[in-house]
Amino acid sequence: MADTTTDGPMLAADGTPLKQSLARALRRQKIRALMLTAPLLVFVLVSFIMPIGSMLMRSIQNTAGTEYVPDILPNVVAELEGWDPTTGELPSEAAFRAMIVDFKAAFENKQHTQLGRRFNYETPGMSSLFRKSGRKVSRMDVAEITDAKAELIDVDDDWGNIQYWATIKANSGYYTSSYYMAAFDAERTIEGVQMKDPDQRIYQKLMLRTLWLSGLITFCTLAIGYPVAWLLADLPLRTSNLLMILVLLPFWTSLLVRTSAWKILLQEQGVINDIWIALGFSDRLSLINNQLGVVIAMTHILLPFMILPLYSVMKTIPPSYLRAAKSLGATNTTAFLRVYFPQTTPGIGAGALLVFILAVGYFITPELVGGADGTFISNRIYFQFSTLGNWGLAAALGTIMLAIVLLLYYVYDKLVGIDNVKLG
Amino acid sequence: MKLTKLMLTTSALTVAAGAAFAEGHGAMADSMTVVSWGGAYQNSQVKAYVEPYVEMNEGLEVVTDESSAEAVTKLRAMAEAGNITWDVVDVVAADAMRLCDEGLALEIDPDTMLADAPDGTKASEDFGDLIVSECFIPQIVYSTTFGYRTDLLETAPTSVCDIFDTETYPGKRALEKRPIGNMEWALICDGVAIEDVYDTLETEEGVQRAFAKLDTIKDDVVWWSAGAETPQLLADGEVSIGSTYNGRLFSAIAEQGQPIGMLWDWQMFDLDGWIIPANLPADREARALDFVKFATDTQRLADQAKYISYGPARASSAPLVGQHAELGIEMAPHMPTDPNNAQNTFLFNYDWWASYRDDLDAQYQAWLLQ
Repeated sequence: MADTTTDGPMLAADGTPLKQSLARALRRQKIRALMLTAPLLVFVLVSFIMPIGSMLMRSIQNTAGTEYVPDILPNVVAELEGWDPTTGELPSEAAFRAMIVDFKAAFENKQHTQLGRRFNYETPGMSSLFRKSGRKVSRMDVAEITDAKAELIDVDDDWGNIQYWATIKANSGYYTSSYYMAAFDAERTIEGVQMKDPDQRIYQKLMLRTLWLSGLITFCTLAIGYPVAWLLADLPLRTSNLLMILVLLPFWTSLLVRTSAWKILLQEQGVINDIWIALGFSDRLSLINNQLGVVIAMTHILLPFMILPLYSVMKTIPPSYLRAAKSLGATNTTAFLRVYFPQTTPGIGAGALLVFILAVGYFITPELVGGADGTFISNRIYFQFSTLGNWGLAAALGTIMLAIVLLLYYVYDKLVGIDNVKLG
Repeated sequence: MKLTKLMLTTSALTVAAGAAFAEGHGAMADSMTVVSWGGAYQNSQVKAYVEPYVEMNEGLEVVTDESSAEAVTKLRAMAEAGNITWDVVDVVAADAMRLCDEGLALEIDPDTMLADAPDGTKASEDFGDLIVSECFIPQIVYSTTFGYRTDLLETAPTSVCDIFDTETYPGKRALEKRPIGNMEWALICDGVAIEDVYDTLETEEGVQRAFAKLDTIKDDVVWWSAGAETPQLLADGEVSIGSTYNGRLFSAIAEQGQPIGMLWDWQMFDLDGWIIPANLPADREARALDFVKFATDTQRLADQAKYISYGPARASSAPLVGQHAELGIEMAPHMPTDPNNAQNTFLFNYDWWASYRDDLDAQYQAWLLQ
């Protein structure tokens, strides 16, 4: 008896302190839970976090091909350190000599054109300079050269272009901000960082357009989807199931098929325009290959993503609430605005968030029906990535879009509260 | 671990088996991935090159891929990942030059690695100037040019500048959503001599001049990004004139019987051919080399012209170009290189565009957005 009243720690059946024993059991439980979720965690890590992380890195790494620029041009970078482009003087003789040395090594490794391509992103013309100089410079023997500056300029006049050297100096670190500058329509000149001419600011325009059109599409899906969802929630089950199939059928149809169908319907010699002319109008309407076409096609394609969350929320609102409001003297409008509508906001929130985020990243529909003024930032990112091969800029644009969406999500969370979003 | 070992043994066995079959040609892989552009073009390659080649090499498995449009970026990514899955890749000349410069394509010695002409002319002489890069194995000459609806236009256009005349030639125009070609045509029609076009485009004023010319029809243009769009737009009557690759227009006219006429004036020539990725395993490289040697011999190149109206790259193939394989029509008058069609032509300047493409493209997109 005396044992149990001592001040020592409480013991479990096997004699270990109870606290320790409990902690161990808890830890075991935690590990088991972690093991169960491990496949998912690994999957998310490998297929999501790592690619996104590597993409974020691409936008700041100063690489040409697979190697960093300063690793390809070590001597040039060292020699250019003390050079100031604003003086208007070309770099020193030693820098030219270093360029010949590094260039020869780069040529051996077939890196000189990649280097040229890297600098060409900043200053057009450098790609051809590096490519054309390749063979001639590779044949030079540094030990025999007395005037490297003259020799190099003799290979190509452009080696005497101070802007080119300034570009090399400005992009000689392991990391660079120039992709982000380009993504914000800024450029680096000898005088410093400047914004491009207003009519050359393409990425700002595209980003604003992407956000504006996505917002408009979200609004259109809400305006069209809300009554449909209400109808679905209100009708008897048999009828509503039938209507639900009509909502889901396009949802199950391939995106490409639906987009192409809109092309046939909306084009100038298309079905809708033919009817329009048959009605007696004389001018055909431009319904496609512009922003209007994108809004129409994407509203249709994204509609189910608005209707389904709205429907699932509306389904949970008892119809007796509206009846009660009316029996207490509310008009139809008041009953809707003060009783029904506030209860559907979680559905609106979920639907709007879903549609907007999907719309911002949309690619194929704007590509096919957007024409010149209806393309999104994603089309440009794809073009940079696959056609021009400027992965750094594509990564910077992608990162900026990711940041904007996360920011909007944060603002949305503050305003509406993410807890209030319901998918069902 | 076990799996790797197993795979190593099987591939060793395959190599051994391949070696046994190859009889002195060196070991050749028994499967090969051929990458091209899809559509009617890849079809013509399958019929003219791949099918006869497979017939000669029993047990060879040929996988086709349609990724040529992204060949450069994909090969870069493959080289970076150290796993090149392609064996023979069809690319335009500009891409071949880029791949060669970056060490991603195998250098080819035409006289030892390609077939001589039947009369003994060396391959390097037979292809002549078309070997624009050490890695490039020329295959066809094609052009980007215009087609127009013969029934929608009262007078047939005869000059490329007619696309800028919306009064005489009403209706929309289909133009490519990138600067290449359009900038040159705009300047030619604004009075710049052909030899000065690229010098003019190097200046800011020259670019603005081209944009100003394009501005005159900007509202009448449907922009395309895939070559198949223009024939469709023409067939639907969406546009009355449009640019695309001449082979696509040929198949719309000859195979589908669309009321479309060809406007060959100032057609833009370009070259297309094979490259073999660098650093392939020896057996796959041997297979790829064996295939291109066969596929670019005089007869095979002439055979391809039976299916599509692209000009064979060998001088010795031209006299062998005969009739369409199914329609029986003479192919020669449909070739971009036919003297009647090739009165005004220019060669797409790869080198110039390689330097200015990124910059001009950004300006072009900005112009489109205005």
